[in-house]
Amino acid sequence: MKQNTFRRNAMTKMIATVLMGVTVVLSASVVSAAKAPSKEDVKKFLRPMEVPQGKNNISTPERVELGKNLFFDPRLSGSNFISCATCHNPSLGWSDAQPTAIGHGMGTLDRSTPTILNTAYQRFQFWDGRARSLEKQALGPIEAGGEMSQSLDLLIPELQAIPGYVTLFEAAYPGEGVSKKTIAKAISAFERTIVSSESAFDRWLKGVDGVMSDEAIKGFEIFKGKANCTACHDGFNFSDNGFHNIGLKDMEDMGRYAIKPIKVLKGAFKTPTLRDIDLTSPYMHNGAYKTLDEVVDHYDAGGFKNAGTLSPNMKKLNLSKKERKAIVAFLKSLTGDPVPFTVPVLPVQ
Amino acid sequence: MLSNKSVAVGLVALFYSVTVSAADHTLAQNSKSFKLNGSQVEEYTIKAGDTIYFKNEDPFFHNIFSLSDLKTFDLGSYPAGESKSVVFETPGEAEIECAIHPEMYLLLTVE
Ligand code: HEC
Ligand code: HEC
Ligand SMILES: [Cu+2]
Repeated sequence: MKQNTFRRNAMTKMIATVLMGVTVVLSASVVSAAKAPSKEDVKKFLRPMEVPQGKNNISTPERVELGKNLFFDPRLSGSNFISCATCHNPSLGWSDAQPTAIGHGMGTLDRSTPTILNTAYQRFQFWDGRARSLEKQALGPIEAGGEMSQSLDLLIPELQAIPGYVTLFEAAYPGEGVSKKTIAKAISAFERTIVSSESAFDRWLKGVDGVMSDEAIKGFEIFKGKANCTACHDGFNFSDNGFHNIGLKDMEDMGRYAIKPIKVLKGAFKTPTLRDIDLTSPYMHNGAYKTLDEVVDHYDAGGFKNAGTLSPNMKKLNLSKKERKAIVAFLKSLTGDPVPFTVPVLPVQ
Repeated sequence: MLSNKSVAVGLVALFYSVTVSAADHTLAQNSKSFKLNGSQVEEYTIKAGDTIYFKNEDPFFHNIFSLSDLKTFDLGSYPAGESKSVVFETPGEAEIECAIHPEMYLLLTVE
């Protein structure tokens, strides 16, 4: 009798264990089937092996170091008060948390400060793409009256008079000296080191389980499918390097049209990266939206009529509240791990 | 005096030469580049009088335009599956681009 009970108990336990095992296996396979990225997704969205380099400006530690100093040095401005990092602030996702930038003499600019994160991967710089490379972009803000308001012809002797800088320039570009060219090249080499770090989305692509919530994975599906965000935000950097008018309200800036007077470009701006997007509010070239929810509501409505040419890829999406929330959860999964950053101690007079 | 016959022969010859030289070319807009039979082209040569059809094979809109001295045109933007054509009557060079995706660039030579 005793033996029997024991046996029965053991049996039940065994069956229970086996059953539990089965359910665990079952639920695991169901979950991972829904959760795994497709081969195509992995190919499309995984980080490229290398960061693109500049033409005739291969990065070296010395070049990056010089560029970092220049980027953080307010003496690059006419007021000696504004550095690149004043607007592209590492503590604020390499942007400034302002709807539109504030520059020389506290004047407000017409466009918002984009992050410099992943600019290495961009084929065109500025909201209207008017600079083809980082090297061609870098001197613009120094001379721009509204930004740093510093004549380069005056800046070069200023830098030459600082022995620490002469040493840094010599180490970075031996024999080339302090010039417009070496300033632009060094800043660009530094900017190419500011790339997004690994996010939950990246880990999920690599096959790590449990790093993306079900909601975020659902959001990714909607992002690629029903909401058609990938018509423009595609690939590792979530940009097609293209220009579109997404129908922002009350917009006077004609954007890319000023560079190329083609009708579809009226009010078109460059598709920005969505990497670390949760860190760079407010959004859009004019800072129109404060939150990602507002951005998704904008797309759900299909954009608004403005003075330009609305992109034909924009249409009403009829997303449910749940679907909109899922897209936002996905966008937040694109935030990379925090990277500690040390600001340079600048060479003194 | 020319005989009726020789005029007729001449006309036929003229007609023949025109139809022979005016060819149709189809370039696909695929994965944000110009493609000919599946491989990317950045330079392409045709004969004066030829027509190029630009066919959108991507699941989003493309545009075609040129602001070259040879020919200025803007075909607007059009969706997947559609194609639009341009006839190039005179010899020269034209830079052809998609305004939406400026990486899409073709240097066309018309001989
Ligand atoms: C006063 C604020 C301000 C300062 C200072 C400033 N920028 Fe910017 N930056 C902006 C704004 C605003 C834009 C967008 C302008 C436009 O698109 O017309 C921009 C655009 C850029 C871009 C293009 C990014 C993209 O995604 O297209 C880069 C790169 C950049 N700045 C680097 C720099 C560097 C390097 C310096 C210092 C030499 C600098 N900026 C100084 C505000 C500033
Ligand atoms: C037709 C192309 C297109 C489509 C489709 C599109 N976007 Fe955009 N997106 C852009 C462009 C262009 C901008 C910048 C517009 C501007 O500032 O004028 C932008 C801006 C954004 C921004 C703000 C980025 C910043 O740094 O300010 C977010 C976030 C965003 N899009 C998310 C999405 C989501 C989510 C979807 C799908 C629901 C989507 N986009 C669909 C082209 C597109
Ligand atoms: Cu295109």
